[in-house]
Amino acid sequence: MAETTAPEPTRRDFLYIATGGVAAVGAALAAWPFIDQMNPSSAVLALASIEADLSAIQVGQQVVFNWRGHPLFVRRRTPQEIAEAKAVDVASLPDPLARNANLPDNAPATDADRAAKDPQWLIVVGVCTHLGCTPTVSTPQVPQGEYGGWLCHCHGSQYDTAGRIRKGPAPQNLAVPPYTFQSPTKIKVG
Amino acid sequence: MSGPSTYVPKSGFGRWMDSRLPLMRFAHDTIITYPTPKNLNFWYAFGAILTFMLGIQILTGIVLAMHYVANAGLAFDSVEGIMRNINYGWLIRYMHANGATFFFIAVYIHMFRGLYYGSYKSPREVIWILGVILYLLMVATAFFGYVLPWGQMSFWGATVITNFFSALDQIVPHLGSAIATWLWGGFAVGDATLNRFFSLHYLLPFVIAGVVGLHIWALHVPGNNNPLGIDTKGPQDMLPFHPYYTVKDSFYVALFALIYLAFVFYAPDFFGNPDNYTPANPVVTPPDIVPEWYLLPFYAMLRSVPQKLIGVLVMAGSLLTLVFVPWLDTSKVRSTRFRPMMKQFFWLFVFDCLILGYCGSQGADAALHMQGFELPLVWVARVATLYYFGFFWVVMPLLGIIEKPKPLPANISQPVLAAE
Amino acid sequence: MKALTLAFAALIATSVAASAAEDLSEPLPPKDVHWSFEGPFGTYDRAALQRGFQVYKEVCSACHSLNRVAFHDLIGPPGPGGGEGGDGFFTEPQAKAIAAGYKVPADPDEKGDTTDDKGQPLMRPAILADHFPAPFANENAARANNGGALPPDLSLIVKAREGGPQYVYSIVTGDGSPVPHGFKVIDGKYYDPYFPGRNISMPPPLRNDSVTYSDGTKATLDQEAHDVVTFLTWASEPKLEERHRLGFGVMLFMLLLSGLLFLSYRKVWHDAH
Repeated sequence: MAETTAPEPTRRDFLYIATGGVAAVGAALAAWPFIDQMNPSSAVLALASIEADLSAIQVGQQVVFNWRGHPLFVRRRTPQEIAEAKAVDVASLPDPLARNANLPDNAPATDADRAAKDPQWLIVVGVCTHLGCTPTVSTPQVPQGEYGGWLCHCHGSQYDTAGRIRKGPAPQNLAVPPYTFQSPTKIKVG
Repeated sequence: MSGPSTYVPKSGFGRWMDSRLPLMRFAHDTIITYPTPKNLNFWYAFGAILTFMLGIQILTGIVLAMHYVANAGLAFDSVEGIMRNINYGWLIRYMHANGATFFFIAVYIHMFRGLYYGSYKSPREVIWILGVILYLLMVATAFFGYVLPWGQMSFWGATVITNFFSALDQIVPHLGSAIATWLWGGFAVGDATLNRFFSLHYLLPFVIAGVVGLHIWALHVPGNNNPLGIDTKGPQDMLPFHPYYTVKDSFYVALFALIYLAFVFYAPDFFGNPDNYTPANPVVTPPDIVPEWYLLPFYAMLRSVPQKLIGVLVMAGSLLTLVFVPWLDTSKVRSTRFRPMMKQFFWLFVFDCLILGYCGSQGADAALHMQGFELPLVWVARVATLYYFGFFWVVMPLLGIIEKPKPLPANISQPVLAAE
Repeated sequence: MKALTLAFAALIATSVAASAAEDLSEPLPPKDVHWSFEGPFGTYDRAALQRGFQVYKEVCSACHSLNRVAFHDLIGPPGPGGGEGGDGFFTEPQAKAIAAGYKVPADPDEKGDTTDDKGQPLMRPAILADHFPAPFANENAARANNGGALPPDLSLIVKAREGGPQYVYSIVTGDGSPVPHGFKVIDGKYYDPYFPGRNISMPPPLRNDSVTYSDGTKATLDQEAHDVVTFLTWASEPKLEERHRLGFGVMLFMLLLSGLLFLSYRKVWHDAH
């Protein structure tokens, strides 16, 4: 038996420490598959990006796609809607940031930083930044909210024609997802 | 056989907890200072191995249940989804399937050990009976679990086993069919059956865990038996469970796990049946319906009897027999090491179980082709079944009376006498 | 007594192995063929997988579905563009192009129709997330097109048959073998000595030059069978390589841990006596 007064581990103790250490490392490595299995599976990841065909969308029309389980609003804006969006002073906005995944985090919420290069296309994730409801699109025939964009009926958040929050409890502008134009009428999102 | 607790809490918090819920004291008394005979050999490690395998099955099972869908139209696809899409799903599924096999390998060795060393004899009868209950719970759990992938064998194995109950119609008209319908939740094995089997498959392992607690509690009252089968005389015969048996059991658990994992990674379908990779089809019966290997001996006994009801009763009887073992064996000597006649019958019994397993694995018309003539395996199974019952109901009671055992050592600390 | 039981076991073993003249009602045991993926260090030969996929696509897929394989499963190690990578053997652009060559049912249009004006189902090109579409809409259609027999789905065929890849290889190369004297082939079926009952509904699927390999390999029957079985084994077991890789590390680790535990066990017990 090792002397209880010996302060340093004996050679025998090194063996126990090594064994315990190897067992602990093994347990940690073995734990990883059990944790990783809850991460998205390859079937889910295969749907992480979608390709959307925009050719059938009329001016002034919004089409909703399903992207990663969320609604994706693709809106073809009228010249009037574009002009309204450009006319807004960014400094006066409740959320002055672009929230555009294709741009740096600190990009300002100008219409140019929100819409696509072709300004008639606005692509945003249709999830209200307050508590997650799906906002309703505003049309000239059936206006929703005062800013011509969207109205969230859950708690009254109102978004403008660039998807920026203007009034109501939502803290941020509608998110712009990562996307690229593969052709003038085809986008790949995510 | 442990005395009063010697646990002393080391910290203020330790003392506070000890007077409210003495968990540390319990752990200290049960697996640290617990006095264990110092001569336990390799065969005594299987209790720890079984605990390890139960833990593996519960852990992998709970994780599989996050992705499995218990619906007849989706079950098979959900399992293939686990195998192909879920991160490490293939690993967890193969661990669970092979885990069941290795769980049974361990439990059979554990049971044979108990038989050989007389661990079922007074005062350990209740430990043995709890063990039989645990074995039956394991068989039920494995049966329910095998149905879940909803392959051809899942479906048809479930159909065959649940149809056994209809044999009871011969005793009480309509009773068996009523029970079968009640089990199925319909007119045949189907979606309703699958859902309830999933629920029960999830439940029973926790029942097993609880009964394991009782099993170990019952063990700790008299203390462990040992390979010599003689009572321990005092502290000189014992060692504290920690570190001696914690480290020894850990070593054997690691060896067992190494073999288990070798199958998981390099031969994961070795113990399985290819037919279960075909989705269940109620209209097409596979040519040979075979249960998993650990149920084959009972399957052989069942098929050795041409009459359905008697076959079911024989199969049930073979399991029920185990309960009576503490009273069937009349010998005053525990360990077969000192029982030269029993030793031969014991090994013949082990061989008999293997023969029964082999018979169960073959088709119903299978036969041995020997020089000149054919021996249908069903006759081999009949002889083997007779020996199975004969071993418990004839050999055990008789040998205690007519056998002349070898002289027992005086105590455990005595130098070992002649080898086995 | 132990010697007696051992002798008994040996007797049984030898009598089971004894064979009589060939029983034509029993199939032949599968041919013994070697595979790149056999053994604990086996891997899939990527060229064989690509050739085998070509055989499946050009020959087998006319009758046999591959339901459980998705187009994204075809993607192999991550390319220079990065990305997750997978267990497959094509690049992501190649897999996308393969997918786009298939048509799958489209979602309902704005009017809610799933068929066009002529009553044909609306279709769209497949994407990576889709699974290989089946050649027939349902079991009845499959049977009607194959003389009443149902060509099985091939996603798991190698694991679903006793003998695995050896069996599938034997079936595919043995189909259409010369019929031995005394054996009656059922009308409408073909002779395959490796198939249970030796009467198989599938006509001989392959012969020399059934396909022209894009990598220039000579397309003998044996080569085609070898390649398509390699592909089908991959389809049944896409994780085989990852399993072997991880297994090697796990075995080494367990040997190390067992060794350390053994030494610890011996040291602890050294004081006991």
